[in-house]
Amino acid sequence: MHPAHENHGGHHPMLQHHFFNMGQQLEASILGMWVFLVTEVMFFGGLFMAYLLYRTLYPAAWLAGSHELNEVLGGLNTVVLICSSLTMALAVRAAQVGARMAQIVNIILTMGFGTTFLVVKYYEYAAKFEHHLVPGAHFDPTREPAQQLYFSLYFMMTGIHALHMVVGLGIMAWILYGAWKGHFNAEYFAPVEIAGLYWHFVDIVWIFLFPLLYLIGKHQ
Amino acid sequence: MNHAVNEPRSYLDAPYGVASWLLTKDHKRIALLYLISITVFFLIGALFAAGIRAELMTPEGDLFTADMYNKLFTLHGVVMVFFFLIPSIPATLGNFLVPIMCGAKDLAFPKINLLSWYLYLIGATLTLGAVFMGGVDTGWTFYTPYSSMASNTNVTLAAVGVFIAGFSSILTGFNFVVTIHRMRAPGLTWFRMPLFLWAMYATSLVMILGTPVVAITLLMVGAEAALGFGIFDPRVGGDPVLFQHLFWFYSHPAVYIMILPGMGVISELVAAVSRKQIFGYSFVAYSSLAIAIIGFLVWGHHMFVSSQSIYAGLVFSIITMIVAVPSAVKTFNWTATLYRGSITWESPTYWVIGFIGLFLVGGLTGLFLGAMGLDVHLHDTYFVVAHFHYIMVGGGVMAFLGGVHFWWPKMTGRTYPETLGKISAVLVFVGFNLTFLPQFVVGYLGMPRRYHAYPEEFQILNVVSTGGASVLGIGYLLIIGYLVASMFKPRNATANPWGATGLEWDIPSPPTTFNFEIDPVVTEDAYNYAGRAQKTGDN
Repeated sequence: MHPAHENHGGHHPMLQHHFFNMGQQLEASILGMWVFLVTEVMFFGGLFMAYLLYRTLYPAAWLAGSHELNEVLGGLNTVVLICSSLTMALAVRAAQVGARMAQIVNIILTMGFGTTFLVVKYYEYAAKFEHHLVPGAHFDPTREPAQQLYFSLYFMMTGIHALHMVVGLGIMAWILYGAWKGHFNAEYFAPVEIAGLYWHFVDIVWIFLFPLLYLIGKHQ
Repeated sequence: MNHAVNEPRSYLDAPYGVASWLLTKDHKRIALLYLISITVFFLIGALFAAGIRAELMTPEGDLFTADMYNKLFTLHGVVMVFFFLIPSIPATLGNFLVPIMCGAKDLAFPKINLLSWYLYLIGATLTLGAVFMGGVDTGWTFYTPYSSMASNTNVTLAAVGVFIAGFSSILTGFNFVVTIHRMRAPGLTWFRMPLFLWAMYATSLVMILGTPVVAITLLMVGAEAALGFGIFDPRVGGDPVLFQHLFWFYSHPAVYIMILPGMGVISELVAAVSRKQIFGYSFVAYSSLAIAIIGFLVWGHHMFVSSQSIYAGLVFSIITMIVAVPSAVKTFNWTATLYRGSITWESPTYWVIGFIGLFLVGGLTGLFLGAMGLDVHLHDTYFVVAHFHYIMVGGGVMAFLGGVHFWWPKMTGRTYPETLGKISAVLVFVGFNLTFLPQFVVGYLGMPRRYHAYPEEFQILNVVSTGGASVLGIGYLLIIGYLVASMFKPRNATANPWGATGLEWDIPSPPTTFNFEIDPVVTEDAYNYAGRAQKTGDN
């Protein structure tokens, strides 16, 4: 476990001064990202807790709310994100073997899928505004009040998820710049690896959100 | 490394300039930046406390209006909890010592460490902004619907400040976890680590697991206040008690963020002042983890009287009794370490003894409150106020000050007058007990917290309390006075003024920027005082 001092002769240009060697630096970055993702799980966890409580208390409102969502668009977005996870994994692989062109292509594809997701989400949100399904003063008064809870959680959960996608696209842009410059290779690929972990995490959140929000009562 | 040719300078000297401090990535400098900022917020929080104690001198609400009084205790709580106690030991002593005790040159992510200080400053500034815009009157707990619907003040701004400061705390914990896992020197196995590292590790776990939950909770309150989302709003079926659950899921473990680091400090100090291997090392180490884990399962004891099911209350009550066990293990092991130790009566010793006494009282009165039946009587009285001040101030702040006195020569290269160190410890101990011991009594007799007026028969105890607070205040000001004064004197501290063990005492006071000239290799257990005495004897 303990890093030896094998790399003291010729320092890798990307080695930061406080690490012994590239191996320790990589391990620290990866563990750091996992710890960060744990905080993310707890962050979303609060929303899932509220969801669990209110769905138990108001099953009818949840069913009615869910019927207002477009499961075709939601399903399309699920497919889009799963594809983006594939291209992300391929980008990490390309970085590990130092294939510059493959990195660039796969990162651009990942960004393309991510953008597609957000565009679809935009159209879904716009429809909710049109149908007066946004909680607050303009919420459709003919609906039972507890549906506001459903849509409050819908907007918070998908909204914070979408915000993570936007941040993810920013990270991808930064990784793309590094890949363009040819920074990543078998010795130094930590940024791509941890960006990948983040991207997969954001995908997995959606994998939970989609059935919980869109597919209530669909099996009946 | 060629230290003969180019003598490395101390971290305080190299390089100079304001920018070199504000943009530093050196964990030791960031520790000092934090130390200065939390001291400022400690003084601000103390000012609010002074207002509270002044009002409570007389039974009539004569000095401040009820509204103003609400703001005073809210701001006292918010500032002291979020901007002083939570960052106090981790961000100052922890930042300084974690890499050094690991034998590393810095924390794993130095830039993120600096970012955490800036986030702290931004959060603190926003919250202070809320003070100047008219204050916050919800109590530090931000309970809904006070905070979402009924409040006419600047709750959202203050909550955003706390939200941002929360991320600074997450980043500190995150950095410590990765550093302790990945950056320990060769030979420094988990069970050779100083107990301070174990305590910081356990604290960091609480920070990274708990803080995100309060962050999302405050975000939900914000969405309710600003966008009308109504997640806790009963008009659309929302449940205000859900807020309390989510809030205490973080805020009870946050008590351990405030006390676990103090326990780590005391473990170091108790071994050093009794020149002995700590009694039951692995029990003390594991008890830190036990507190961190079990501490997540007791939040419901804050909610015995807020419509929680009685069976849930029962379970929370039992687990609350269980979480007291690891704290008791530590206390017994500290006293067993002192027993037949070669105790030297230096100023850190006074803080250690003071801590153990006050923490004992705080811990035992916690059991009163964890007992469901008794809690119905004591809930929301001054008994609760006295209890948590014994833990957070009697425990947390005593340990923090003990740690500052112990490591001050290492951090600054200066010593302070020993006599003043001892006098201030006694002043704080006496002043603290005078302030809070009467509050147990007055609370048991039925004086509720958070009111600016009270029945006349409680006056004598409240006057004692206010008098004690003045003594406490003088004690704190004395410490700030002589520690600041020491900074203007020449550096006279030796590398190891206490004759203590640990990697931090093997390097110069103050250390050089990268801590170690030669990468350390650890070959012995922590607190090997017996071995060290042997070696000195042989020489």
